[in-house]
Amino acid sequence: MIISRSTRGSRIAAVLVVPIVVVLAFGPYIVPPSVTRALVTLFALVIMASMWNLLAGYGGMISVGQQGFIGVGAYTVLAADVAGIDPFLALPLAVVVAAVLSLPTTTLVFRLSGGYFAIGTWVVAEVYRLLTVEIGAVGGGAGASLTGLGGMPPVLRGAVVYWCALGSAVLVVGVVVLIMRSRLGLALTAIRDDPTAADSLGVRVRRAKRLVFVVAAGGCGLAGAIIVLDSLRVQPDSIYSVQWSAFMIFMVVIGGLGTIEGPILGALAFFALQQILEPYGVWYLVALGVVAVAAALYARRGVWGLLTGTHDIRLFPTGYRVRAQNVRPRA
Amino acid sequence: MTWVNAIVQGILLGGVYALFACGLSLVFGVLRIVNLAHGDLTVLAAFLAVVVTGAFGVPPVVALVVVVPVLAALGYVLQRTLLQRSLAAGELAPLLVTFGLSIVIQNALLQVFSADTRTLPTGAFGTASLAIGGDLAVGWLALITLLVAVAVLAGLQFVLARTALGRSMRATSDDPETAQLMGLDDRRVHAAATAIALGTVALAGIFYGMRGTFTPTLGPQLLIFAFEAVIIGGLGSLWGTLLGGLVLGMAQTLGAQIQPSYGVLAGHLVFLLVLAVRPQGLLRTASRR
Repeated sequence: MIISRSTRGSRIAAVLVVPIVVVLAFGPYIVPPSVTRALVTLFALVIMASMWNLLAGYGGMISVGQQGFIGVGAYTVLAADVAGIDPFLALPLAVVVAAVLSLPTTTLVFRLSGGYFAIGTWVVAEVYRLLTVEIGAVGGGAGASLTGLGGMPPVLRGAVVYWCALGSAVLVVGVVVLIMRSRLGLALTAIRDDPTAADSLGVRVRRAKRLVFVVAAGGCGLAGAIIVLDSLRVQPDSIYSVQWSAFMIFMVVIGGLGTIEGPILGALAFFALQQILEPYGVWYLVALGVVAVAAALYARRGVWGLLTGTHDIRLFPTGYRVRAQNVRPRA
Repeated sequence: MTWVNAIVQGILLGGVYALFACGLSLVFGVLRIVNLAHGDLTVLAAFLAVVVTGAFGVPPVVALVVVVPVLAALGYVLQRTLLQRSLAAGELAPLLVTFGLSIVIQNALLQVFSADTRTLPTGAFGTASLAIGGDLAVGWLALITLLVAVAVLAGLQFVLARTALGRSMRATSDDPETAQLMGLDDRRVHAAATAIALGTVALAGIFYGMRGTFTPTLGPQLLIFAFEAVIIGGLGSLWGTLLGGLVLGMAQTLGAQIQPSYGVLAGHLVFLLVLAVRPQGLLRTASRR
């Protein structure tokens, strides 16, 4: 018997992922700024999708309020800018602020479950928005622009934002892989499959869920910070928009809930659809909704599930596999 | 006096919220689905009323005769097609499906009716009010809305408690397998519950449209208000939903009395406060689930 974590797929992935990331890192030297800007959006989408998948696919928590933490992250960068701190240094700060704010949030929303949990997180996001609008120093209801990066040459700024976004996306996916390989990941899988049974086996359900919620909030804060570094402008109604949640749900459901690869694939698919369908205006959102409903009903394992079929292919394996060793009969 | 007035107006506003909330409460109670498209269906009803009043030149109250059955039928079909299938597809599917539906309805309305602010014309009746001593006056329309809300809740309570349909709904909700063994078709019961719920949604949408203005993107906000009313009052209690609506309405008008932009925020904060100190809701003694 051989017990191993790696599979053939994962060994191929390990060989492929590093060169892909290295090539992407040279992006600003290879492709024009318009392309790197689009890629920054894609990286932010990958972060959001991975975080929403961690919540829903692994933690079993459907949240419709992650835009609250996206907004908090974005406004942390803006507030740091107003206070005279370098906006790039504010990136980790955005993660910390979003994660810290998510702690009191959990004590409230964890009293709800299922669909009511979903709307509860949404109310909290609305509260963040309404409170932000009251703060005049960051522009109130009209929003404000980031001024601290004005002295930087635009090409250099674009490149640094690009590297921040790429690094963040790699970091976030890496954190999800590490979490799912740890004891916490095992606990989460148990909770998702049967919370009562997990609890009776000694899994600290609430603690595990809280940890996941905090990590997901921090990740969304990071995504928000990247969005504001890219656009240089924050407007409360758009940064706190529930549309972010719609996008996250779409990406994860399309890509494949409860896998590491699915959300990345979903982000790519969504990004492509957005580029193609954007000219059709609002109809593109209608199409997104229809596709999401269809996927939730008919293709529950998403594109990743359709691609892999019945094969258990994992590019980022989180569990262990047992294989029978080739035993040759003795002569 | 302005504070007393704020409380009175809050109670009247709460009537609308209670009307929104009872459909959400009923669908959750019977199907265990939280319908995330609830608010958008309410807005859809208001826009249907715009079409009906425009096409036939009738007042919005008459449009009820058309819109309520249409939405009830829509609810029946929706349940038999999408929702029933999603119930079988696991715990997450109903949420994803209703959220997808919400996006579809909202953006389709946006495309067809544009983002313009609308209202349902009520003529002189809409502004007529009843003086009740002092400087206080309550609008007839607001008062009737509150009475309709109470009547709908009482009607639902009666149906659930006293009729064969209500009995089958409660049975299906408590134990679907046993209910099926007793010869109940749970799909039919679910569809009937959704039809009734969407009927109340139609009422709520039209009364909201007569009282104020609406846009295609209002749905999510209405969903949140309905949800807050349900949780403040206590899950599974229809009279609790009425109380929750009234508390939410009062919180909003009192908050707005302090500063207009605080209205909605005050409602949210009262909701969070209830969640923190009395998560089972105001009208429930202990949580049973």
